[in-house]
Amino acid sequence: MSARDAILAAVRANRPQGDHPLPELPIFPFAAEGGLVEPFLRNLEAMGGHGVEGGDIEGILRAQFPQANVIASAVPEYRGNRDLAQVSAPNDLADVDVAIVRAEFGVAETGSVLLPDTALTVNAVAYLAQHLVVLLAPDAIVPTLQEAYRRPEFHRHRYASFHTGPSATADIEGVLIHGAQGVRSLSVVMCPLKTGS
Amino acid sequence: MSGSEEPRRAEDGLPALLHEDLHTADDGGARGSGGERLSHGEATSRPLQPPAPEPQPRGAKLYHRKPVDHNEAAQRFIDAPRHAKMHDERLWDLRQKRDGQMHGLPEWEDLRELASTIKQHTLSNLGDYLEQFESQAKANGIHVHWARDGAEHNRIVHGILADHGARRLIKSKSMLTEEVGFRDYMASVGIEVVETDLGERIQQLDEEAPSHIVVPAVHKLRSDVADVFARELGTDPANDDVHYLAEQQREKTRPLILEADAGMTGANFAVAETGTFVVCTNEGNADLSANVPPLHIASIGIEKLIPRITDLGVFIRLLSRSALGSPITQYTSHFRGPRDGGEMHIVLVDNGRSARLGEPEFWQSLKCIRCGACMNTCPVYRRSGGLSYGATYSGPIGLILDPSFDRRRYSSLPFASTLNGSCTNVCPVKINIHEQIFAWRKVLAESHDIGWSKQAMMKAAGTVLSHPTLYRASIATAEGALKLLPDFMVANPLNSWTARGRAMPDAPKETFHQWYERTNGGKEEPS
Repeated sequence: MSARDAILAAVRANRPQGDHPLPELPIFPFAAEGGLVEPFLRNLEAMGGHGVEGGDIEGILRAQFPQANVIASAVPEYRGNRDLAQVSAPNDLADVDVAIVRAEFGVAETGSVLLPDTALTVNAVAYLAQHLVVLLAPDAIVPTLQEAYRRPEFHRHRYASFHTGPSATADIEGVLIHGAQGVRSLSVVMCPLKTGS
Repeated sequence: MSGSEEPRRAEDGLPALLHEDLHTADDGGARGSGGERLSHGEATSRPLQPPAPEPQPRGAKLYHRKPVDHNEAAQRFIDAPRHAKMHDERLWDLRQKRDGQMHGLPEWEDLRELASTIKQHTLSNLGDYLEQFESQAKANGIHVHWARDGAEHNRIVHGILADHGARRLIKSKSMLTEEVGFRDYMASVGIEVVETDLGERIQQLDEEAPSHIVVPAVHKLRSDVADVFARELGTDPANDDVHYLAEQQREKTRPLILEADAGMTGANFAVAETGTFVVCTNEGNADLSANVPPLHIASIGIEKLIPRITDLGVFIRLLSRSALGSPITQYTSHFRGPRDGGEMHIVLVDNGRSARLGEPEFWQSLKCIRCGACMNTCPVYRRSGGLSYGATYSGPIGLILDPSFDRRRYSSLPFASTLNGSCTNVCPVKINIHEQIFAWRKVLAESHDIGWSKQAMMKAAGTVLSHPTLYRASIATAEGALKLLPDFMVANPLNSWTARGRAMPDAPKETFHQWYERTNGGKEEPS
């Protein structure tokens, strides 16, 4: 008998007694009287992210990363100097200082942004870059993770990741360090999606 | 409000630390753009003073075919007070952070009930859900393998790596790969394995197992890490600054990641509906391991299945809040298929899980989502350190998982508990952990897998406890209480309570029953 058949036979033979129906999932309310942008930004900051309420991308980049040499952009709003479409292997992106991508949506409850494979072009850029800048349309924020998981992206993309703040560790004595293995900072810029783009 | 009801306060006005000497004003940890101290991830909610260096207490001594002596190792941990205090404080802080998150979500108890119910449903229909997961994953272009046990898992992974001529594998933390002895096997076949989680890398370089399923090096002080890194990575032995140590690890690991032939991750959840698996980390190291090399292998225990994508809206809300008191991990990544030009393999591993499914008293332990909340709250775990258990899984969840792998070797572990039930209360999937610990004691006693002294004690105690009249008569006086127990149980070195230099507690002068009779149930108590 193959391992597959042996395991399936064993879990069926050992099926626990009793009736265990699959529950319906309710949507629990999320209290946000002044809209979702404010709680999104507050929760993002608590997770070590940096929220930017708007402004021109060029100016934000110049102010935040004046030393940046290699900027990889996956958005039409900014033209970087590293073309992600021309990358032959992910490790070619090891020298990227700043990457700019657009999130599909944000989650107010946690301050998370969803970055799917199509938005990254090369998945690894979101982790190999030193800093990550994410554009998010203010009207693309859902209240909680429950609503987030009802979205179609999880049925569509081969890869999609919630980023909530930058790469972080506190494995040594509980002291918080940003930039453990991935990006050292994560900025989310509120930026409406241009119609037609 | 009377003074006695006020919680104790530390100098900064916050609730007192367990160990006041760990108080400090600033730990140099990351701050937000407004300058406020941040405490997401596994960071402490308040800065703690780094204890002065002290030799690190090591874990349980392991002997072939001999039961692990948890008591002996725990004693050595307690005898290293700086390590023991920091450990106790950090884990209790995680527990308190978890409570804070719980209070912020009015639906917390509903979510726990849903999580438990979804897992029970999945486990009782596991065959169907495994088949659905497999067919979806295959349709998405993922190669799916099945392993009956750890050895088969290791052979399968070795085979995949050999097919690709892979010499170096980068991996993120996975308790399953610890369970199956993966790194030792790979070393024996000449494949280099590099752990990419900071805590796990520290443990790998120090040739220790992870001491906690979420924070693997929580038992170490910064001075211990500086020693390990100086020895293994050539860092400055005199520099134990945490920023320096973390940056050194980043700089030394990055080239290994860039040049790796293959990457490996575990999975927190596997979704039958879509063939997706989900990996949660704070460092982003799983995403590097999966997305940089051309080959990604994921090892997944068969109990990780959940039916629907929407179920993640329950589990992701509970996982990091329970584990770290942080609302979500920095990264929650959903893998549904290989990227263009990449190859993705899944190994579904049984290794004793299907057998446990058939044990009426223990199958619900398979609901575990490996958050570690039970460890953080456990007074025995916090004071003894994870390595004192000498097993892959430590703390309360370890007490009920480990004996199913090796009854004799882990026969003493179910006794490393006060049965206070706190583990059960914090469990996000409502596993009756303390009841299962007690059930394991019975099983081990009945199958004679525990030592004769523990058996004799349980027999004597069991006889007395099951006869209320005899019990009350026996404890009627302090002397009676001592008479009840044979001498070898109270004053003999075999009694692990008194053997460590502790005295038996003074018995009360009057029992509850005597007091009740004398005062007519408290009504005639002289004031």
